[in-house]
Amino acid sequence: MAAHSAVLSMSKIINPFWGGRLGNTVKCCTLSSMQLITYEMLMLQPPPAKYGGRHTVTLIPGDGIGPELLNHVKEVFRFSCVPVDFEVVHVNSALESEDDINNAITAIRRNGVALKGNIETNHTMAPSVKSRNNLLRTSLDLYANVMHCQSLPGVQTRHKNIDIMIIRENTEGEYSSLEHESVSGVVECLKIITRNNSLRIADYAFRLAREKGRSRVTAVHKANIMKLGDGLFLQCCREVASGYPDITFDSMIVDNTTMQLVSKPQQFDVMVMPNLYGNVVSNVCAGLVGGPGLVPGANYGRDYAVFETATRNTGKSIAGRNIANPTAMLLAGCMMLDHLRLYDYASMIRNAILTTMNETRLHTADIGGQGTTSEVVQSIMRNIQSKGPLTTDL
Amino acid sequence: YVSFLWSYTKKCVIIILSLNVMFLYSASQIQTVTLIPGDGIGPEISTAVMEIFDAAKAPIQWEERNVTAIQGPGGKWMIPPDAKESMDRNKIGLKGPLKTPIAAGHPSMNLLLRKTFDLYANVRPCVSIEGYKTPYTDVDLVTIRENTEGEYSGIEHLIVDGVVQSIKLITEQASQRIAEYAFEYARNNQRASVTAVHKANIMRMSDGLFLRKCREAAEKHKDVKFTEMYLDTVCLNMVQDPTQFDVLVMPNLYGDILSDLCAGLIGGLGVTPSGNIGANGVAIFESVHGTAPDIAGKDMANPTALLLSAVMMLRHMGLHGHAKKIETACFDIIRDKKVLTKDLGGNSKCSEFTKAICQRVRDLD
Repeated sequence: MAAHSAVLSMSKIINPFWGGRLGNTVKCCTLSSMQLITYEMLMLQPPPAKYGGRHTVTLIPGDGIGPELLNHVKEVFRFSCVPVDFEVVHVNSALESEDDINNAITAIRRNGVALKGNIETNHTMAPSVKSRNNLLRTSLDLYANVMHCQSLPGVQTRHKNIDIMIIRENTEGEYSSLEHESVSGVVECLKIITRNNSLRIADYAFRLAREKGRSRVTAVHKANIMKLGDGLFLQCCREVASGYPDITFDSMIVDNTTMQLVSKPQQFDVMVMPNLYGNVVSNVCAGLVGGPGLVPGANYGRDYAVFETATRNTGKSIAGRNIANPTAMLLAGCMMLDHLRLYDYASMIRNAILTTMNETRLHTADIGGQGTTSEVVQSIMRNIQSKGPLTTDL
Repeated sequence: YVSFLWSYTKKCVIIILSLNVMFLYSASQIQTVTLIPGDGIGPEISTAVMEIFDAAKAPIQWEERNVTAIQGPGGKWMIPPDAKESMDRNKIGLKGPLKTPIAAGHPSMNLLLRKTFDLYANVRPCVSIEGYKTPYTDVDLVTIRENTEGEYSGIEHLIVDGVVQSIKLITEQASQRIAEYAFEYARNNQRASVTAVHKANIMRMSDGLFLRKCREAAEKHKDVKFTEMYLDTVCLNMVQDPTQFDVLVMPNLYGDILSDLCAGLIGGLGVTPSGNIGANGVAIFESVHGTAPDIAGKDMANPTALLLSAVMMLRHMGLHGHAKKIETACFDIIRDKKVLTKDLGGNSKCSEFTKAICQRVRDLD
């Protein structure tokens, strides 16, 4: 009984700081004290890294064009007086030890949110040196990769009016990194599909579709060949679909999907799929709307969120030449601001980016123009200054 | 002595002349090809192709066979023995679309053919057709896909309830075979470069092995340029600028997706040719579209895919003259846009389309 009242008084003290995140712990008086403590722990979300009204976000520069683009993001945020402080964590992809990436993961656990560039994977190294990006996604259980491909009015593409949301399972499937050479010259690679993860991603897809007011979800699979694996995925999607009668659900085989995407991409609305097909389809869609420099991507887990460009390119060949397209990384930054509930700042920067995109002479080389990265960023900052309420000096 | 010399030279001349005649005779000798009409629209389009070949006076004799699966001794499903014997004898085959009845108990027909003849390479040349407009112009690439192993090995296990494991198998032998074939193809068809498509950053050992074999084959064929590219980069660049690709070689799953992507670029499966190369010199050329049961028997089918596959077959056999003639006739008719089947945007019948091509072939002579 004393323990029970001690817990109650503790809850009263810490409740105001956590602003309702504890839920109704204090009201559950029927539970014993030990049960109450464990119940509290289960319902806890990690606290937001918000001190003095300013958020702290982990920043991982990565390789290639990552560092320069993230510098531009920092510049734009500082200029717009966004209340976000970046904690920079460097990851050296050339080293074999995993200390760097473990530090990054700890920093993300601490801050809850991260913005990252792509970390290069040297595939000539030994198989024990795993992809750093993959390690990050699996350790933090960032199970959903969300990408929204929209045709931008200022960009010339072969197909118009594309508006597809792609939700890709991010932790298992072909990317399980489980390989072995049982006999010399014969390598087996395991693709794991689990019921839990498939249900989780399907549920995420349908919830997101409902939230955004979308009418149709398409599952992409290859269940005619991989009957058990993709068959399980499809079955889970169908189960979840039955709980959302207002949303139409259909399925399509992945090779037919790519064929339809290059001829009639307007027929797709929301797509959900396992890991590898997600890789292919998201790259095809990014290409359809104008290239890797335009589309931001987000990786959501239950507790953490990491934002990056959708196609995860390192861009080694264009690094350091001031010709990379900053749009994708800046839009990823805006998605991050939306996640942190700084909606006003997000829409202000996003509008400035879209206004700049309409000016063809400011297009970078990947969308057919001759502008430089710094010109584009300067133009975005000028747009923010003309429309926004408060900025620092240009 | 002079008379002896004269008779000796006469004999030599006769021998040389007869050798020449024999050489000419073998060049225009009729070659037999196994024809598998298939199901649905298969018979109609096969008849169309036979008519066009007849008009082009191609030295091909057709031997029709049926490949409905039968259960052999021991309960194992196999293709009828007369079809197998015909294929083994002729080495070259042309196949229409086959249907796989659901719940018939036997594996897909295409899979059965693949296993029977060890068809290890699927070759799909994708060339933009001038008269058939798609958002992509000037596409000219070839996808070569490993057809026996990889992700389609069919090995799957239910480990515990709710966890399924599919095994992707990559072997040194199969990777070497397909890499060698890709470079041979590039050399024989005057192609400048071969690109290996992989995902070795994630699947380090399996795609790593595939890449190593490709690199080894590249060393032996230094006249062809070799590059490696990640699957996602290929997809991204393919939909933005397909002209940068030449020959692509890849394992099974990536090949499936990419070859259909490229078919979509040029207009779909109704106009895409395809060939399967097997061990022991066997080659089966096929149309990759479905059986289209809804238009079967109505004279509405489009024979272009099977026709272009047959042209590919002629090139494989070395009959380049006839191949060029038939291909030109087909493209001319499509470009003219006067007689087109429904899927190409016209409203003519299959027989009218075929007749137009036959007429053009005769005119080109």
